Amino acid sequence: MHGVAKSSEYAAGSLLTVADLPVTEIAAILAATDRIERMPSPERARMLAGRRIALLFYESSTRTRTSFELAAKQLGAITTLVSDKSSSIEKGESLKDTGLTLRALGAECIILRHANSGAPYLLAKATGLPVLNAGDGMHEHPSQALLDLRTMLAKLPGVSGRLINAKTLAGVTVVITGDILHSRVARSNALLLPKLGAKVLLCGPKELLPEDALGLASSLNGGAVEIERDFDKALKRAGSQVGGVAMMLRIQKERLAGLELDLADYVARYQLTEERLMACAPHALVMHPGPMIRGLEIQGEVADGPNSVIEDQVRNGLAVRTALLVRALSAAGFESVTV
Amino acid sequence: MSDVLILNGRVVDPASGVAAERDLLLRQGRVAAVELPGGLKDVKAKETLDAAGMIVAPGLVDVHVHLREPGQTYKESIATGTAAAAAGGFTSVVAMPNTVPVNDSVAGLEWMLDAARGALVKLFAMPAATFGSMGHEITDFHELRQAGAVGFTDDGKPVLHDAVMREALVAAAGIGVPVSQHAEDTRLTGGCSMNAGPVAFRLGLRGMTVEAEARIVERDIRLLRDIEERDGLRPHLHVQHVSTARAMDLIRNAKAEGLHVTCEVAPHHFTLTDEAVGDYDTNAKMNPPLRNDADRMAMIAGLMDGTVDCIATDHAPHALFEKEQEFERAPNGITGLETALGLVLRVLHKGQGMALSRVIALMSAQPASVISLEGRGTLKLGSLADVVVFDPAAEWSFDAKRSRSKSRNTPFDGAGMVGRVRATICEGQVVYRG
Repeated sequence: MHGVAKSSEYAAGSLLTVADLPVTEIAAILAATDRIERMPSPERARMLAGRRIALLFYESSTRTRTSFELAAKQLGAITTLVSDKSSSIEKGESLKDTGLTLRALGAECIILRHANSGAPYLLAKATGLPVLNAGDGMHEHPSQALLDLRTMLAKLPGVSGRLINAKTLAGVTVVITGDILHSRVARSNALLLPKLGAKVLLCGPKELLPEDALGLASSLNGGAVEIERDFDKALKRAGSQVGGVAMMLRIQKERLAGLELDLADYVARYQLTEERLMACAPHALVMHPGPMIRGLEIQGEVADGPNSVIEDQVRNGLAVRTALLVRALSAAGFESVTV
Repeated sequence: MSDVLILNGRVVDPASGVAAERDLLLRQGRVAAVELPGGLKDVKAKETLDAAGMIVAPGLVDVHVHLREPGQTYKESIATGTAAAAAGGFTSVVAMPNTVPVNDSVAGLEWMLDAARGALVKLFAMPAATFGSMGHEITDFHELRQAGAVGFTDDGKPVLHDAVMREALVAAAGIGVPVSQHAEDTRLTGGCSMNAGPVAFRLGLRGMTVEAEARIVERDIRLLRDIEERDGLRPHLHVQHVSTARAMDLIRNAKAEGLHVTCEVAPHHFTLTDEAVGDYDTNAKMNPPLRNDADRMAMIAGLMDGTVDCIATDHAPHALFEKEQEFERAPNGITGLETALGLVLRVLHKGQGMALSRVIALMSAQPASVISLEGRGTLKLGSLADVVVFDPAAEWSFDAKRSRSKSRNTPFDGAGMVGRVRATICEGQVVYRG
């Protein structure tokens, strides 16, 4: 079961899912992020000086890998990157043995990106080390959801400065649109944001957004997850209040193959265009976890437009990941920067 | 002569309608006497078991086990798998053909059934329905039946092509054994590793739908009807490990129609739901997968109303290193021989109030009947001396470390069990003492 009860199986400081993160812990991570960001860089570089962090990447990644790596380096840690293309993984070494090898070489924390959902649980169990899930299959991308949250807190009018609790995002509607089925970003956001009071509307055709997605609405997040297939209606709900967010997801053309919907239909119904944004939710923040395909799920003008906070997301990724690394490597050090 | 007396127990033998205190004498591998208490007090036997407070029942029959020999003896062997069977109260097991190589020839079948394999309980086998279980060309049913086959199956895979399945059913119709089908339309389940539904969605795993099971069951029933009408034959279809309400309804209707369909349900499918996958527990991964609670309750309903003919374990041992993988990469299957009786008594008898005689019928007389075993699944005078003695009231926890199986892949490690096997006797030999 996802839940606090079994979390003791995994080393403290692990972040495998956002599902079992209490609001108090979310608040602590965000507070630590602020503190570390404000630190003079020599002080920051002492926080994890000499600590050893392994980045284990079974899938390609630009943003996540680079930002975890830069975050570790800012904190003074020593990093090593192991990827499936340049290691014994290619020779058939199992995830468990790869993890044990990294541990034997002194890794104190492993950041894992993997194509199989749930792989970080296996690694955390096998090694006993804190593991940060940097994206596992279609399951979750917890650090992405936290950086998205931080971006919303900074950019939504009237939200900045609020205490972090179950009502911080009350009245905020977040529309997540696109290939929800295959998106770990959508899952993590849908599990995280309602904990702070946000309403999440999932939007997309049924092939990319099955009814089973309501499995994301649970007692853990107050059940504030709904499906709204009509993009305009969903956006209008986000636009009817000040605090709206339009979060777009990448569409892989090959995933549209075989669907009733062709590419032109998809674009017509689900692309975030200037016209649509202005008509439905002129004040909404526009977000995208990247990589984004301009001209497909999002018009280039919108991505570069005044509502877009896409680059803020990337910057927040770096900051949030410094806090997650400090949390993973030293509970005490983490506590000292959360107040 | 190794005669065995079993005294002071309560004999529950559904096939003969006995459910009363009886003393039992086993002689020369047969049931030699069933007497009122005290009726055998002058008989001397080499061994006497005091079964006071115990149930004395026909040895259990499991029509669906994987013993991994030949070819994968690091997971299990015929000797270790049948030792686990004995510990679970089973005296007859039916080995599936998905060994390496696939059991699809008389030579392979004879090798498997040879005494040199060291089976501790009676071993039967269902050879492959098609060569290599590739689904193209049916094996020689007649010849294999002569060599001891008790059915034909490509278990692990379905016989997908309509024409091939029809041919298999026709071929089996003449020789009195079933075609045993793993009902999964594999065209719908590529890349899937658990039940489709909200839990799979949350875990980011592709799900096997209810339709994938129902479509094959529906197709097979259509073939049965067609063969009865057009060929004048009456083939026997056995549906393995039913897991969905939809398939259960199809089977119920086919039985009402008078077609010769039987089916089995595995203990995990009426005990657990897909929530048991939890944090990607590969010991909760099997095929068919754990379903939702409505499906689980439909399995119980089918067991209670008689739609289900027997309980079968689908005992599927795998080595630890194979299960210690990413969920989607780990193989399907769990062990089941040592937990079946304890779960059945806990969930069906204690939990649902199913009579003990029904429980025993579902695990002995009825599975024996599915594969037309003579003289097994009953304690009638003259039948083979296959007996299980168990304490119906004992409550205990299963400890996987103490399993007789070579493998430990079970979601029931530490789970509560009701009813403990005290002795298992196969053809008059005591093969297990608990």
